[in-house]
Amino acid sequence: MLQILYNPGRFNDFAKKYTNILRHITIYLLVIGLLYALVFSPNDYQQGFSVKIMYIHVPCAWLAMFTYVLMTIYSILALSFKITFGYIFVKAAAPIGAIFTLICLISGSIWGKPMWGTWWVWDARLTSVLILFIFYIIIIIIQNTFDDLQIGEKISSIFVLLGSINLPVIKYSVDWWNTLHQPASVSKLSSPSIEITILGPLIAMNVAMTFLFFLILFIRLGAEINIRKTLIKD
Amino acid sequence: MPPRIQKLIFIVISVIFLMISLIVILFNIEDNIVFFFTPSEIIENKILNDENIRIGGLVKINSIIYNEDKSIDFIITDNKNDISVNYYGIIPDLFKEGSGVVAEGELLRKKLNANKIFAKHDENYMPEGIKKQLIETDNWQKNYK
Repeated sequence: MLQILYNPGRFNDFAKKYTNILRHITIYLLVIGLLYALVFSPNDYQQGFSVKIMYIHVPCAWLAMFTYVLMTIYSILALSFKITFGYIFVKAAAPIGAIFTLICLISGSIWGKPMWGTWWVWDARLTSVLILFIFYIIIIIIQNTFDDLQIGEKISSIFVLLGSINLPVIKYSVDWWNTLHQPASVSKLSSPSIEITILGPLIAMNVAMTFLFFLILFIRLGAEINIRKTLIKD
Repeated sequence: MPPRIQKLIFIVISVIFLMISLIVILFNIEDNIVFFFTPSEIIENKILNDENIRIGGLVKINSIIYNEDKSIDFIITDNKNDISVNYYGIIPDLFKEGSGVVAEGELLRKKLNANKIFAKHDENYMPEGIKKQLIETDNWQKNYK
């Protein structure tokens, strides 16, 4: 059973079986989540309608980090145990993470203009997320630069590990330093932080977007495995 | 120990060491990373004049004055020390008395001539209806901002 996590053949069988079910669940969850978040949730007492940007921004930020954590784990496995699936995973996941980071940056900046009064400031949180985005871009570029596939994927995995030291800085930047970005609300235990009518759609959107991430990941992983198969045949 | 496990331990330990060293470096250049200073930090460090500085805190209750030349005066406080600010320009939505603010500009004899202000959002989210209810039932607390 665990083999689907690192054996390309086993994963492919698993993905063929379940991608369709995953697709259906994702669509239902996204429709429910978006309706709940954009139509049936109340406006915030300070931000008014602009609070709805959060329902896109927060899931994308979470997935931008989550994708990178997975890429780090698979890079370590690939480099130490010579698991090819690790390299395939990094190749498939990097563009997804890059897009989520980009959406996170853009939506945050759209929210920032009316609320903070600026599109962009160089505070610790915003800067460290921009560095995360740059690392995604570097990794994608390296994967496509080398003629020799094996050298390219090895170097890109090393860059994944280098970029991973940025992850705790992103997470804790709002606690360690004065930033314009507000600290985390969801993980905070004391009330009042987020009212249940705003937290509900936020969690729904988080779950829906996470399913969307896995759906895209499964499709991209399947495609990447097929490309490698034809490469080996030639 | 098999070489693969050795490699794994080597990689994990070097990543952890790199992480720690990055964090140590960042903590040592903290002055360049913090987005703003609090009024207490300004006064304790006896900074009187600075060409370009950001000061953050809460807008003191009843301190906003709208001048005739369309500039505003207000006081930034961290509940210990105050810095008075003069600002001319566009005011962000969340700028109001008792809520967080960061002002950037020239510090002259403990007075800040701001050329930019940013409203800081706290981590509290609440529907509009609940606020009305809380005020009606007199449960509205000032620390909700």
